[in-house]
Amino acid sequence: MNVLGKVGSIFTDSCHTAGGVFLLLGDTLRSMFRYRIRWDQLWEQMFFIGIRSQVVVLTTGAFTGAVFAAQVWFQFKRFGMESAIGPTVSIAMCRELGPVLCCLLLAGRVGAAMAAELSSMKITEQVDALRALGVYPTEYLIVPRFLALVISAPILTGLALVTGIGCGYFVAVKIFGVDGAYYWDNTIKFTDSKDVVIALIKSFIFAVIIAAIACHKGMNCPPGTAGVGKTTTEAVVNASLSLLIVNFFLTVLLNALLYSN
Amino acid sequence: MLQLKEIRKSMGGQEVLRGVNLKLGEAEKVVVIGRSGCGKSVMLRVIMGLLQPESGEVFFEGKKLTGLSEEAWNPYRRKIGMLFQGAALFDSLSVFQNLAFPLREQGEKSEKVLREKVAEALKIVSLSGTEEKMPAELSGGMKKRAALARAIISRPDIMLYDEPTTGLDPIVADSINRLILHLGKMFGMASIVVTHDMVSARMVGDRISYLHEGKIYFEGTPEQVDRCEDPLVRDFVRGHAEGIGITG
Repeated sequence: MNVLGKVGSIFTDSCHTAGGVFLLLGDTLRSMFRYRIRWDQLWEQMFFIGIRSQVVVLTTGAFTGAVFAAQVWFQFKRFGMESAIGPTVSIAMCRELGPVLCCLLLAGRVGAAMAAELSSMKITEQVDALRALGVYPTEYLIVPRFLALVISAPILTGLALVTGIGCGYFVAVKIFGVDGAYYWDNTIKFTDSKDVVIALIKSFIFAVIIAAIACHKGMNCPPGTAGVGKTTTEAVVNASLSLLIVNFFLTVLLNALLYSN
Repeated sequence: MLQLKEIRKSMGGQEVLRGVNLKLGEAEKVVVIGRSGCGKSVMLRVIMGLLQPESGEVFFEGKKLTGLSEEAWNPYRRKIGMLFQGAALFDSLSVFQNLAFPLREQGEKSEKVLREKVAEALKIVSLSGTEEKMPAELSGGMKKRAALARAIISRPDIMLYDEPTTGLDPIVADSINRLILHLGKMFGMASIVVTHDMVSARMVGDRISYLHEGKIYFEGTPEQVDRCEDPLVRDFVRGHAEGIGITG
């Protein structure tokens, strides 16, 4: 009974949190059209998310592509399929590795920062002070963060794809001696523009998930400094898990939609 | 000017306000005293619309505010300033940007006008020259004064003070009390001061209300409060713990 009660409690808490996230998402979308966009805030967030995340995202993209190319070469070499390494790396980077890894990193770096900053503002009454000065917190705090992340994530994913595919080429061609012309020709031949579209759609949706969960956690932080730590951890864990789960359904859905014939 | 009628509010499953009634006249200074956790700050948040009461009504200039949407509250919030217990300055903005914030929100774009108004507000609270400092560089008393300057910069009709002197040394506390009086005289602002600092209560209050068990238990002038023989009020005013069964 006790175990059942705990499971029930976890379930209802999860439903409550999910409901809160969706309400916040709705409020954010409504505020986006109802109020003017605060461009200064948006640029500031774009700089933090888009520019300051580049090193970590590009490094991840580059080494993921490099490692994946090496692993594929080790396996494909046995069957004499070295010329298939290029499209394999490229399609894997576009459809899965690029968007998922890039957005997992963004969940850690940006999601944590958003949740920590908003929860600090919440516990030090700064969110209440905003309201007391007649400013709607969703419009001032959440809309710029949300927009900055959903704009930056697909661009960063695109950059991660370029570096990943580029580093895969370097490893396969320059280190393992695969014929560069075949590698590149096959990469272009078998990589469809739809694969890039999948990467961009996935990263966009993952960014929505990260921003909504991190902002919801931050704005509902329990009092006290311990609450900030707990909120930040929960934001990263929840966003990462949600992203991985949603990725499965997106993969099925996008393949069904884009490759139905 | 401002009236609270039978305000009830629960926090965390416990009823904190159990039918609070309070009236505030033009330029009047009401001090609300009461023990920690009795709901004083909750009451201020209800007045400001930061918390919605379960029942009861808040009237401001004859207009019922309770039940308004978050956005409908905003024009009224601009007429009511609030000094938060922890100052609540925006820590990513400089003192100038903090003070200019409400003016910019009200549409003021001229940098020259903003500079002049911020300088004037800082002068009132004796913080001239701190425009470019960040909140983290200010002491507790300076933060409170900067927050006060931000709250009064758009000349609200009513000021709400949440524990304005808590955590400050007596000299700085006295300077905040004098500022509250000064602002009242200078701009004719009415104010509600929530505190458990009796020195502050006697100094700034035209009227003192004692909040106990979620209701206004006693109301009177500072002199009446000092003369009150009710054991609850007397113990609070004199700072005696015997009334709650703690003896040394």
